[in-house]
Amino acid sequence: MDLTLSPSEEEFRDEVRTWLEENHPGPEPEGNLDEIMAFRREWQGKLHAGGWAGISWPEAYGGRGATMIEQAIFVGEAARQEAPSPANVLGLAMGGPVVIAHGTDEQKQRYLEPILTGEEIWCQGFSEPESGSDLASLKTRAVKDGDEWVVTGQKVWTTFAQYAKWCMLVARTDPDAPKHQGLTYFLMDMEQEGVEAKPLVQITGEGEFNEVFMEEARIPEANVVGGVGNGWGVAITTLMNERAGLAFGAIAQIQNSLGRLAKLATEVRTNGGSAADDAYYRQRIAQLHIEAETMRLNAYRGLTKTMQSGIPGPEGSLGKWQWADINQGLTELALEIEGAYAPLGRGSEHAVAGGAWQYGFLRSRANSIEGGTTDILKNIIAERVLGLPRLR
Amino acid sequence: MYFDLTDEQQAIKATAKDFLASRFKSERIREIAASADGTDPDGWRQMAELGWTGLAVPEQWGGQGLGIVDLAVLFEEMGYALAPSPLFSNTIVALALSLCGSDEQRDRWLRPLASGEKRATPALWDAGSPATPGSYTMEARADGDAVVLDGEKVLVMDAAGADLFMVATADGRRHLVESGAEGVSVSEEESIDTTRRLSAVRLDGVRVAAEDTMPAAEADYYPGFFRLCVALAAESTGVAQRSLEMAVEYAKDRQQFGRPIGAYQAVSHRCAQMLLETENSRSAVYGAAWAADAEPDSLPLAASMAKAYASDVGWRVPNASIQVHGGIGFTWEHDLHFFLKRGRANAAMFGDAKWHRERVADAVLTRAAAPAAV
Repeated sequence: MDLTLSPSEEEFRDEVRTWLEENHPGPEPEGNLDEIMAFRREWQGKLHAGGWAGISWPEAYGGRGATMIEQAIFVGEAARQEAPSPANVLGLAMGGPVVIAHGTDEQKQRYLEPILTGEEIWCQGFSEPESGSDLASLKTRAVKDGDEWVVTGQKVWTTFAQYAKWCMLVARTDPDAPKHQGLTYFLMDMEQEGVEAKPLVQITGEGEFNEVFMEEARIPEANVVGGVGNGWGVAITTLMNERAGLAFGAIAQIQNSLGRLAKLATEVRTNGGSAADDAYYRQRIAQLHIEAETMRLNAYRGLTKTMQSGIPGPEGSLGKWQWADINQGLTELALEIEGAYAPLGRGSEHAVAGGAWQYGFLRSRANSIEGGTTDILKNIIAERVLGLPRLR
Repeated sequence: MYFDLTDEQQAIKATAKDFLASRFKSERIREIAASADGTDPDGWRQMAELGWTGLAVPEQWGGQGLGIVDLAVLFEEMGYALAPSPLFSNTIVALALSLCGSDEQRDRWLRPLASGEKRATPALWDAGSPATPGSYTMEARADGDAVVLDGEKVLVMDAAGADLFMVATADGRRHLVESGAEGVSVSEEESIDTTRRLSAVRLDGVRVAAEDTMPAAEADYYPGFFRLCVALAAESTGVAQRSLEMAVEYAKDRQQFGRPIGAYQAVSHRCAQMLLETENSRSAVYGAAWAADAEPDSLPLAASMAKAYASDVGWRVPNASIQVHGGIGFTWEHDLHFFLKRGRANAAMFGDAKWHRERVADAVLTRAAAPAAV
């Protein structure tokens, strides 16, 4: 057992740390999505120039070929310094790895470089209004027409679709096959007449997510990834990639939030003292710290296991579940500490801490839904880790 | 970066699991639990032969010289098996002597404790006190070179058959008092956990010679205290692990409404929650155990995190397991109640969850109040 970094990993961490410190562009603009995206594009350009875009990708495809520990270090350090997200986060984390794993040589040639540079933004067309957790029931149809596929249907929760050039689209190509077998994974050009993205205003008032409507949108045969009818398997790899990289960034982000929570508690007055002197708040703050520490240690155990077996196991679901619980719990406690001022949000003169916790409270409601609901994660754990029987 | 047991530690775990499973079958645990004094001399002898009594004692004093990770591995299995054994209480005194005893005391007491020839237990808390770590009220009244002890110690584990008590006094010192010394009397209490007996030990004018008072002060005992917290948290993690496995097995087996009950999400999600809590507890324990061996500066915080978390998990997971079992889980006939009781008793000992969480709060809030480090 050794929970320390090796000398070469420490060297890597120092290199990452220094580079980020020297190149950090400062805090993101708040509110306006166009400004945020422009900011993130510029940041991704810097990352790419510095050799930090696609660090998990093999060097042959323009990545850095970093080890899992190095990836964890990079993600953790970037989150610790609150570096912005790159513009093409879905392309880097999911699109590129899928093309590398399942794509043809032509596809690799065509798509990978613009993902890395951020020149082409990617989005993910999986969920549909009637197919959320039960993804394989999706109804968007793709019908062959010569050497093209014609797509009609609707997707939802499509992050940054309004900026995307490419959509990782899963559509039904064989309505007669069993539901998991009739699906195909496509790369759909978003810049065409049959595709319309409409922002979906969420409970924070922002529109990170979109509805995407496809009315006879056209996709060339050459844009099928992994073969017709294999969409489910390809999509699952994508989702595993999404979960694998997140843990260490999430941990650093929670540690930052815990630091802010402690600061909030020392500043807010309650019953003649500060909230940090209040036994009840002290207990709850401590419990969140303890849970965050167990999450960090679980992630190390998971990393060790993944390095031994080569693939992330279903235990990763525990981390995502726990992250949602802790992140929500943090913001709930912050609002409790703010007491009567809890309703005052961003832009309000008398808001505590600039209304940041109100935004966090609202945004974190999605944490137990996005990327696999906590309820579904519990099913996965029950069935695949504990071996309990399936209800379905 | 490698967060898993080494091959040697896996071997300790496998040996412990096999030995404890064959030694402490349900019938045997029940016999010991129902016996007059709760002792098991044969079991003790066998553990001594396996080297467990001296596992974390330096080789110089007859132990195996292993670390706290190894000790945590062993105690996780002790909890898993719900072994009724004084190994934990003996280990506490052995740790204290290893870290804080004089060489004469180590030679006289630590050697036989490590070999299992003698057995010791701590007598720390005073009747009527809040019984929190570090707060002792018994006076060590000077009498020439010696001290005289008067009062009543409570919550003393495994007192029956112990050869030695390590008695704490208000000045922060520890005194080695033989159980047969004049003025010492033991009366057993009724603990909900009959697999680990608790007694009151009266000391009536007990005279302790200078060479039997340990040469350390209160603060010196903390490194040992945090290590024993890790061992106890490991035991509670084992209690939780076994209770979880019992729930999962039962949920696969038990049929209602034509299906195994584990197919229902009300049951399966409860089991998933038990897994989450048990795994968290295990991570906290081994993180703290590693700190004890490799990064002692971070041990106090890590140990409090582990003890706080495992205190809750050690009884909540058996509690949830009882719920999964339904009526059968509430019967005396089923073994689960022993796990619930051990977990609950462990939660209360050596600082409960609230006490340890307060230490965590102190560390993190003090850090927040300090000027930001650059």
